[in-house]
Amino acid sequence: MALQDVCDFLQTLDESSPCTSLPNEMGCMWRTPLEFDRDSPFHFLFPPQQNSRKHKTPTVLSSTLSCLSPHQQPFQLSHGTTTLGFIFQDGVIAAADTRASCKGLICCPISQKIMPIHSHLVVNTSGSGADCMLWERILTREMRLYQLRHRRRLSVNGAAKLLSMMLHPFKGTNVCVAATLCGWDGEETQETLRSTDVTTVSAISDESALGSEKAASVNELLKDAHALSLSDQNTKNVLSTSGGRSGPRVCYVCSDGLQLKGEIISVGSGSPYAYAVLDDGWRWGMTVDEAVGLAREAVFRATHWDAYSGNNVDLFHITAHGCRRRDREDLKEEYYREREREKEKIKEREKERQKREGDELVEGEGDIYSGHCG
Amino acid sequence: MISSQAYGDNGKMKEYHYSGPVEHKFSPYAFNGGTVLAVAGEDFALVASDTRLSEGYSIHSRDSPKCYKLTDTTVIGCSGFHGDCLTLTKIIEARLKMYKHSNNKSMTSGAIAAMLSTILYGRRFFPYYVYNIIGGLDEEGRGAVYSFDPVGSYQRDSYKAGGSASAMLQPLLDNQIGFKNMENVEQLPLTLEKAVQLVKDVFISAAERDVYTGDALKICIITKEGIREELVPLRKD
Repeated sequence: MALQDVCDFLQTLDESSPCTSLPNEMGCMWRTPLEFDRDSPFHFLFPPQQNSRKHKTPTVLSSTLSCLSPHQQPFQLSHGTTTLGFIFQDGVIAAADTRASCKGLICCPISQKIMPIHSHLVVNTSGSGADCMLWERILTREMRLYQLRHRRRLSVNGAAKLLSMMLHPFKGTNVCVAATLCGWDGEETQETLRSTDVTTVSAISDESALGSEKAASVNELLKDAHALSLSDQNTKNVLSTSGGRSGPRVCYVCSDGLQLKGEIISVGSGSPYAYAVLDDGWRWGMTVDEAVGLAREAVFRATHWDAYSGNNVDLFHITAHGCRRRDREDLKEEYYREREREKEKIKEREKERQKREGDELVEGEGDIYSGHCG
Repeated sequence: MISSQAYGDNGKMKEYHYSGPVEHKFSPYAFNGGTVLAVAGEDFALVASDTRLSEGYSIHSRDSPKCYKLTDTTVIGCSGFHGDCLTLTKIIEARLKMYKHSNNKSMTSGAIAAMLSTILYGRRFFPYYVYNIIGGLDEEGRGAVYSFDPVGSYQRDSYKAGGSASAMLQPLLDNQIGFKNMENVEQLPLTLEKAVQLVKDVFISAAERDVYTGDALKICIITKEGIREELVPLRKD
């Protein structure tokens, strides 16, 4: 993504994508991609084929891709980021930076990359901004429908499979979505779930894609989810005895079709730096404060080394009770504090060195050591 | 019209600089220049744009403003490829009329923004080459600015510059309106008069350094009394 742009790396297209033939009016027919959900309100238009290949079976995706080679789009979509998610004994932490860049220019220094889907699931998005925004909305809608139809929330793995299936028709196009789903799976009894969650989750689906309003609704969700878990003791018992199906989960879904489960997942141009910090400090038995500190440190180091990440850190913590959002922190302040600390350390070291050489001067032969002290 | 890419990937005018064999194909896009800016205040919003329409080394028109009035409380500024700007505004206006007839009320700024996002994403694989900024009043009467990228990603800001001189204007706005990187300064809320003066100054600076910006500046001021327009001359060279 960001590295690709810097190196001008053009992806070679896979010519062998299979596709059943549509009525082939070369020239002016606008097509919708195959295998697409006909009930969906989204109808994507593909421009007509310009390079007609009479000998090969024209495949919709590969031939339109050759017309849509990168130079035809005179602008670049926003890429470049650091997001991470990991699980530990007390839940899931999801953290991300807030910089949205567009081939050298920062389009938005305060974008929100972590979006809550429902009370116990949050998605870290990276890749192209518009794609992530839209697919997150589609995913939220599908999760809500699932919950209404089946009277229970879809698990994180289920949501990952759903997103992967929805993105599959666009494999080979330049839709670029790399999402990390972070959440808490739990088994809950039907009655208690239905009564409270209907009101709370609808708060999210009614909101528009504006960060501050979503944060407010998340706070409401937290209160209601908390009430839910406290009020019914049976729910708590079910959560703990559902045999391995409940607990924190982190899952990565990519528009190429990759799906990964794990304990630590980091995505984006700054992810190698974040992985270094996370691998060093992660333990299953961390406390909440340690985990939050680790996540902040990882994003901070990644923003230091990666040009395409920066500005602020967003942090979400998801437990069995729901998700809680930590205040957004400006990393500029962190850099200044770090510099002050470095200055202090240098002063300390200088003082110690002086003291040590002062002692040696007193003990040993004077002339040789006085040279060092000067 | 010879449509060799006037605006190459690396910004070079390909006719002059030899950068290896270049394949010229028909490009459905052209870059017509122009800068748009929007600022939101406590109870007002401003949308300003220059009025120059250019392509390559030519100026097609000196009187082609890029702000379009949508409703009594919303103005949209579109810069980029003029053909797509015109079609997009036609589509938005048609959708506004449909909404008004079926729901018996005008669309709010937030609703227009959400609708525009889906219209733009519907063309994800052959996008509208337009940088949009919507300025208006929200339901509570406060100023709102929504900025878009060409494929529909959007968010609400308090100020945004888009178009050819956006990289020059945005840092200046960050400093003057957002008070970024200023220490020990009193952060007074922005008044309408100060905002209008700031916008004029900012465009005069942009016209100095950006070839695609100039000729005249049109400011649309949106308050609860309605929409007022001001025209200010800029450099014509």
